[in-house]
Amino acid sequence: MATVEVTFTPLPAHVRTARLVATAVARRSGVAESLLDEVRLAVGEACSRAVAAHQLHCPAEPVRIALTEQAGRFEIEVVNTGQAAAATPAPAGQAEAQTAGHDTADRAAWADGEGEFGTTGLSLAVIAGLADDVRISQTAAGTSITMSWPSSGPVQKGSPA
Amino acid sequence: MALEESVDLKLEHHSQDGIEIVEVEGEIDVYTAPRLRELLIELVNNGHYQLVVNMEKVEFLDSTGLGVLVGGLKRVRAHDGSLDLVCTQERILKIFRITGLTKVFGIHGTVDEAIANRKSEK
Repeated sequence: MATVEVTFTPLPAHVRTARLVATAVARRSGVAESLLDEVRLAVGEACSRAVAAHQLHCPAEPVRIALTEQAGRFEIEVVNTGQAAAATPAPAGQAEAQTAGHDTADRAAWADGEGEFGTTGLSLAVIAGLADDVRISQTAAGTSITMSWPSSGPVQKGSPA
Repeated sequence: MALEESVDLKLEHHSQDGIEIVEVEGEIDVYTAPRLRELLIELVNNGHYQLVVNMEKVEFLDSTGLGVLVGGLKRVRAHDGSLDLVCTQERILKIFRITGLTKVFGIHGTVDEAIANRKSEK
């Protein structure tokens, strides 16, 4: 059973809320302070992807995140029921390569300058660079991204969070 | 010039030595990044092609924000312009390193340093 589960309407405004909750639960679960920025960024990326997928395919369905602490690991699972295709995380430096030339197949995106960023490849690359363990599961229902970090166990009552 | 403010992101810009300095404060994410995007578009449309984005007061930056910055860089480069960043915060620099974008953007320690670097390259 997840320590904390959160569902939210797939709107960009709620991604920050998910970040704040996940970071708070991570801190309580004993994730090192030095890793909390990584947790915050990774869960934000995963939730942003989920929101984009839901807005495209199922805007009435909520995004779900499950936060679980067990066996020395703090795990975050972000589930979206959109039909976003699982993508292989972009290799490091892809962002650099993409700025070096035009994507002739997508001039509109190039003209905007953002078509290839903030989407599946780059956000997954960021997540892969932040979390120890990243698993992406593609099912008929949608996509699940699970990330985990080491934790020392729940912070004791009366101890600083 | 102070522009629209919100709890999450504050934007303002001013000219210094012929370069437009964009001051960003707060969080740049999927929700707030469009506002920064619109500002960069507006500046370019108004003929400002030499930009410095000061991110010293940015508390959060994700890939959506990176996309906006790359988009701004592409727009100014289309006019032989430049977009440099000011950032010393390791937690912000980290996402640039993960994505390889430290090789794309000039990233400086202060606004004065960014301006001086840009002037010396002219």
